[in-house]
Amino acid sequence: MVGDWDRPLPTESGETKPFWEACRRGQYLLQQCRACGKVQAYYRRFCAHCWSKDVEEVVSSGKGAVHTFTVTYQNQTPGFREAVPYVLAVVELEEGVQVLGNVIGCDVGAVRIGMPVKVTFVDAGEMKVPMFEPV
Amino acid sequence: MSGCQGSGGTPPDTIFTPFLARKGDMGDGRPDRSGFITLLVRERTSADGEEQAMVNLSKAAAIIGAYEHPTRYAPDKSELLLHLESAQGALEDAGLSRGDVDAYLTSGSGAPPALTLTDYLNLHPKFVDDTDVGGASFLFHLNLACLGIQAGWFRCALITYGSTARSRRVAVGTGGLARRGATGLAPTPDSFEEVYGLTTVGMRALMAQRHMHQYGTKPEQLAAVAVAMRRHASKNPHAMYRDPITVEDVLRSRMISSPLHMLDCCIISDGAGAVVVASPEVARGCKKTPVWVLGFGEGVIHHEAGHRDWTATAFPQAASQAFGMSGVRREDIDMAMVYDAFTITVVTALEGLGFCQVGEGGPFVEGGRIELGGELPVNTDGGGLSSNHPGRRGMFLLIEATRQLRHEAGERQVPGCRLALCGATGGGTGLRQSAAVAILGRD
Repeated sequence: MVGDWDRPLPTESGETKPFWEACRRGQYLLQQCRACGKVQAYYRRFCAHCWSKDVEEVVSSGKGAVHTFTVTYQNQTPGFREAVPYVLAVVELEEGVQVLGNVIGCDVGAVRIGMPVKVTFVDAGEMKVPMFEPV
Repeated sequence: MSGCQGSGGTPPDTIFTPFLARKGDMGDGRPDRSGFITLLVRERTSADGEEQAMVNLSKAAAIIGAYEHPTRYAPDKSELLLHLESAQGALEDAGLSRGDVDAYLTSGSGAPPALTLTDYLNLHPKFVDDTDVGGASFLFHLNLACLGIQAGWFRCALITYGSTARSRRVAVGTGGLARRGATGLAPTPDSFEEVYGLTTVGMRALMAQRHMHQYGTKPEQLAAVAVAMRRHASKNPHAMYRDPITVEDVLRSRMISSPLHMLDCCIISDGAGAVVVASPEVARGCKKTPVWVLGFGEGVIHHEAGHRDWTATAFPQAASQAFGMSGVRREDIDMAMVYDAFTITVVTALEGLGFCQVGEGGPFVEGGRIELGGELPVNTDGGGLSSNHPGRRGMFLLIEATRQLRHEAGERQVPGCRLALCGATGGGTGLRQSAAVAILGRD
């Protein structure tokens, strides 16, 4: 999975640019609402819980645990077709919010729910894509 | 029947006034109506906890024509032609003709579907719609048909579906991004999701894995769903796969996206179907027993801004609305059509629909309970796991339920079937899922 990036690249918009800029700095950005206090992911320029636009950026510790996962053995999309088997996971970060990612750096058979993981950033051309690896 | 007020017959104004008196205003003379709808719904919740709509829509319309195209492989036909053949079949079933149709709804073929199909079929309906919430779309269409008929906008709605997914070799479940014809990732939400290699199977696999972890659901229990569907398919001459399978067969089949094996996943077929939904006046003049829409509801579930319950579905809200509207109790349901894209989908749906407690779906599907002759026969046609799955199976839930309620299901007939529930879930993109529930019944 790691190595030359042959999968579709994420694209940035004016709204999501700060998230991807932070990735380039090695930071996983979450957001917390100043109005209702709740934390959210994925990145958007308002609070999805209460629609307030008073949202502040929180740099995640990058630590969390696997909430659920699947080992994918079949995906016809070029870039993923060659990457199977790979682990798609929902990771619950320490800040109490779930994000998607691949778990890399271990045997696919070693992944378990509850397994501690930390964020790592994979080079993807101009971008860095956040993924997770065992602690 | 139609047009009557809901429970108690309270006109809306008398609900507004005490509410506003209680909440005061915003300080600038504008009434504070935040949370107004929620409160209104709560005030109209029945004693058994189900939601009550303001206007009673139960029996506002009936399914009067239904047709399932027998094809499972149609390389010599276009997808659009399958719509036409299904439309003809459903209208013939209803004893109506093309000129009687004054509303048309569809999903999945053409871009945009409603314009592509009204052009191809050369229709000029008063109402068109192509709501797309994945495989559940046709139940959402049914709901719109009921609303439009109740409002007097139109009297006879045609809903059609056609797909040549199999002959076009579409990788419905494992196509990943390519299944959507997408070449790039949209900034939101694809770039946060599809970049990790999501597939349709994978999304449900995340649910299955969590369900097994949280509730101890076993692979053998998921497999029991596939075995039951195949047993039903053996009684359906049109089903694509009719040879019996065992739990061991399911567990030994190739892993697609753990914990889901190939036989935990629906088949890919071509297929088509249509239903005709009409007002009570039209229904009474038709040749077949009307299948009344007694209740319906909808819901969605998604990433919840990063706070999702990965074992949950959008069914609880949809079911509450549908049961509340119909006045029917779960124990009165004679059979259920539940969208079985995957074995786990049935387990979580039965929980969300309230047929068992959350977490008890695994044991519930064991021991023949969901098979013909069991407590709650599910997907008597063999479902998407064995009969047909051209990509959007919602249509076939309505068709098989209609056959059962008319007592036309032959060898697989549920004896004395009077009440059926259709529960469809759908969602082609990432983590988002829709759900719709329809409770159908005969006089």
